[in-house]
Amino acid sequence: MEELGKRAMEGDVRAASRLIRNIEDNIPGTNLAIKQIFPHTGKAHVIGLTGAPGAGKSTITDELIMAIRKKSKTVGVLAVDPTSPFTGGALLGDRIRMLRHAEDTGVFIRSLATRGAMGGLSKAVGDGIHVLDVMGKDDIIVETVGVGQQEVDIINHAHTVIVVLVPGMGDDVQAIKAGLMEIADIFVINKADRDGANKLYKETKNMIGMGKWSSGWEPPVLMIESVMEPHSFAKSVAELYDKIEEHYQHLIDKNLMADRAYRKVVTELNDALRSAILDPILETLSASGDFDEMIRKLMMKESDPYTLAEAVAETYLK
Amino acid sequence: MSNRKIRILLAKPGLDGHDRGAKVLARAFRDAGFEVIYTGCHQTPEQIVGAALQEDVDMVGLSCLSGAHTYLYPRVAELLREQGADDITVVGGGIIPDKDFQPLYDAGLKALFTPGATLESICTWIQENIKPRD
Amino acid sequence: MFTPDVLEQSKTMRSKWEDEVKKIVAKKADQKPEWTTVSDLAIKRLYGPEDIRDMDFAKDISYPGQYPFLRGNQATGYRGKYWTFRMFAGMGSAEETNKRWHYLLNSGQTGLSTAFDFPTLMGYDTDSPKARGECGKCGVAIDSIEDFQKLIKDIPLDTISTSMTINPPATILWAMYCASAQMQGIGLDKINGTIQNDMLKEFIAQKTLMCPPEPSVKLISDTVEFGTKYVPGWNTISISGYHIREAGATAVQELAFTLRDGMEYVEDVIKRKGLHVDQFAPRLSFFFNAHIDFFEEIAKLRAARRIWAKAMRERYNSQDQRSWWMRFHTQTAGCSLTAQQPYNNVVRTAVEALAAVLGGTQSLHTNSLDEVLCLPSEHAVQIALRTQQIIAEETGVTNTIDPLAGSYFIESLTNEMEEKAWDYIHKIDDMGGMVAAIERGFPQMEISDAAYRFQRQIDAEEKIMIGVNKYNTDDVVEIPFVEIDDTVEREQLERLSDLKRRRDSRKVSECLKDIKSACEKGDNVMPYCIEAVKNYATVQEICDVYREVYGEYRDPGIY
Repeated sequence: MEELGKRAMEGDVRAASRLIRNIEDNIPGTNLAIKQIFPHTGKAHVIGLTGAPGAGKSTITDELIMAIRKKSKTVGVLAVDPTSPFTGGALLGDRIRMLRHAEDTGVFIRSLATRGAMGGLSKAVGDGIHVLDVMGKDDIIVETVGVGQQEVDIINHAHTVIVVLVPGMGDDVQAIKAGLMEIADIFVINKADRDGANKLYKETKNMIGMGKWSSGWEPPVLMIESVMEPHSFAKSVAELYDKIEEHYQHLIDKNLMADRAYRKVVTELNDALRSAILDPILETLSASGDFDEMIRKLMMKESDPYTLAEAVAETYLK
Repeated sequence: MSNRKIRILLAKPGLDGHDRGAKVLARAFRDAGFEVIYTGCHQTPEQIVGAALQEDVDMVGLSCLSGAHTYLYPRVAELLREQGADDITVVGGGIIPDKDFQPLYDAGLKALFTPGATLESICTWIQENIKPRD
Repeated sequence: MFTPDVLEQSKTMRSKWEDEVKKIVAKKADQKPEWTTVSDLAIKRLYGPEDIRDMDFAKDISYPGQYPFLRGNQATGYRGKYWTFRMFAGMGSAEETNKRWHYLLNSGQTGLSTAFDFPTLMGYDTDSPKARGECGKCGVAIDSIEDFQKLIKDIPLDTISTSMTINPPATILWAMYCASAQMQGIGLDKINGTIQNDMLKEFIAQKTLMCPPEPSVKLISDTVEFGTKYVPGWNTISISGYHIREAGATAVQELAFTLRDGMEYVEDVIKRKGLHVDQFAPRLSFFFNAHIDFFEEIAKLRAARRIWAKAMRERYNSQDQRSWWMRFHTQTAGCSLTAQQPYNNVVRTAVEALAAVLGGTQSLHTNSLDEVLCLPSEHAVQIALRTQQIIAEETGVTNTIDPLAGSYFIESLTNEMEEKAWDYIHKIDDMGGMVAAIERGFPQMEISDAAYRFQRQIDAEEKIMIGVNKYNTDDVVEIPFVEIDDTVEREQLERLSDLKRRRDSRKVSECLKDIKSACEKGDNVMPYCIEAVKNYATVQEICDVYREVYGEYRDPGIY
């Protein structure tokens, strides 16, 4: 396992991908590799891209990769798609929009399935970012599913969060969850050639105007027109990338990098504690049949979840 | 006991754009519980192999209906070998005359699925033959 | 359509019939619970007068040669002229293909149809790395006008019509045809033929892609304008449903998407070129699939005629009845053929061809039994051609026009398909048109869904394909194979590099610059293409100019 970590740090594509896979599949011993690479993380600029399905995130990511490569920087991409709750399988359909880069060794694209993690980005994504980081990628783009808590949780992993909106998709700003508006560092109105683009732009600007932007960075709103006009699309996305770099510089200038790092490590520590403490307990309860017994009691209304949990806590937290 | 999900790359090498079969397979694979990355049409063997390595897949499925499989399929297998990735299983489908089967097996393909193969039989073959490497 | 008396009588008799059915079915159930077309349209056990009672004879059915042309565009029908026997053919080198063409003409074919190889279809030359392994495998390899001249050797361009299945590079191949005619002293006003040149269905289904929709449609309107002015005998677009159907669409989807594509082109040419609809609409042609469900296909083709006539007159205010005619070529369904027990395919093709004829097609290609496995052999293609000739000369179906008119079932099914097609058409209208719908992925998703559904039905044996999921045998049937081996590619590469050495490269560069400038200015590219191909510019060289100016299309990968 440490061999994998070592090879990933040397830039070995397969080792890095395998390491991410080990995390996804929960292979015992994977943490060894993570422990090994963790001290070397923190160099990459992590960019989060979120927005409803169909907003055009992958197409924007594809063009962002071009913009990044034009500046001679390397980039890693984690593209997340939902796992089917019924079959456990997944159609990882983001890569098909980023095919131009398949032979560019400066670009690493990895598709991941949510594997049922709806309460936030999965551990595989969080640790996957570390893996791409130690591979030496200058920029890391994380493209999320765009539904539920996943959308908002990106803030815990990214330096710069981009929220992609599309006119006519019920994206009336009133309908946007307050959370999304708060996490965005940059707004993009994609497919801006469609009806309603200007209205959406105004509404978004209004909402931003009403907010409090303590760090001095008021999120800009960028319009990007149809990808069917390749030249103007490329230009707009290049401008988006300029803004992304501007934001990163702003974080550095205003000493806010620590803030972002703080958010991430708090999340990671919480997850790791949960994992280290709760998972073994759950396993024991499962193995001993206690878990099933507790379920039985609840089904028969012989007890309630809180009483049962407190009893377990008593046992283990002496 | 492997907890692993089977990851598959489905690709159409060469210039053939007839993707009905590949798209149907992509859905069938998802319904069978696999994680599938479909890279679309018009892929070169180099692009397919590059993607396969980045995605750490267990199997690469190739589809070609233009007759160019005699060059393209072995080329993919060859490139995987060059990259030290010949543990990735390569299978193919499409319009492949019987007489081309053996040369393709010799070139490293493990199975060929021709018109008439049911989705279920393909998924079963995968479940029985693809063991994610540890 | 029927008097109250007749309807009353029918009601009584129907009631009696229904009782009878109930009695029988109570003792012995039907063989299967549902009876649908191959596209999942539910079909009733019986149709009667009540199913078409609301039809207006004059408005809805009418007469051949009269609006809305349900029964045909021409008053004389097939007695005046059979449909063109037009077999799609192309294999290996231009010389090889020319041989096959002459074979087909000598066998009684009455029109030519060109199948190009993938590099040519995609706008690449044989020496492109992308073309490796593909040269000549599924059609003829054409890199330059030198190849093209070998292709048309001894073909009388002034008397025979030629169809070319070519899309993004259509301007170039048509330029080669036009230039070749001119070089033989034949005026452009004397040549007849068709270029497929329908990019919208590429984005939806066939996927020979190059530039994004906007510039693709612009190039198409260039050809329409050029044809309208200088090549009046040419159909500059063959608006196609064949490929949409092959990709998995239902019959209704094929009908709706094809016709809506047609409407999109009409609107674009009017807007972009300022032409009046009647200046170019008479030269728009269509291309449909003839699938295995016999009556569905006949109804579909009849509905197509009526929908198009209505659209032309009502949506676009066309005044010339030649614009209201829907003229179409049909090909029997490749996706209905099986690799197992291949001789069964002869039967399938025959039934499908018959449906196309009863649907009133102007031109027909019949698939060969071995096309599931390879390019057709001479023997197989002869059977396919004979199929058409037997239908024309032996079966008697050409004796009378639109023989199925008035059938309760056929008229009812035709109505139903028209109605469902209009639903789709209006839905696409609401999305802002076909280009907008494609950007949204709407037709692509519909087709993907239908394809998946069909495959599941086959796997579950809810739909039957003989030899595949019923009456299977283990026998392997040996059929002769057409082989396109590596020498074809090698020789073509030699020819190409030799040409590039011999030609005047400076002149070629100039011509390419002219094309580039025409593209940038929005001028019609055709005259510049003709000049360029005369000077031996290759297919890829010109396509690369398009790619440079317009950008390359990025498939949104919707599935």
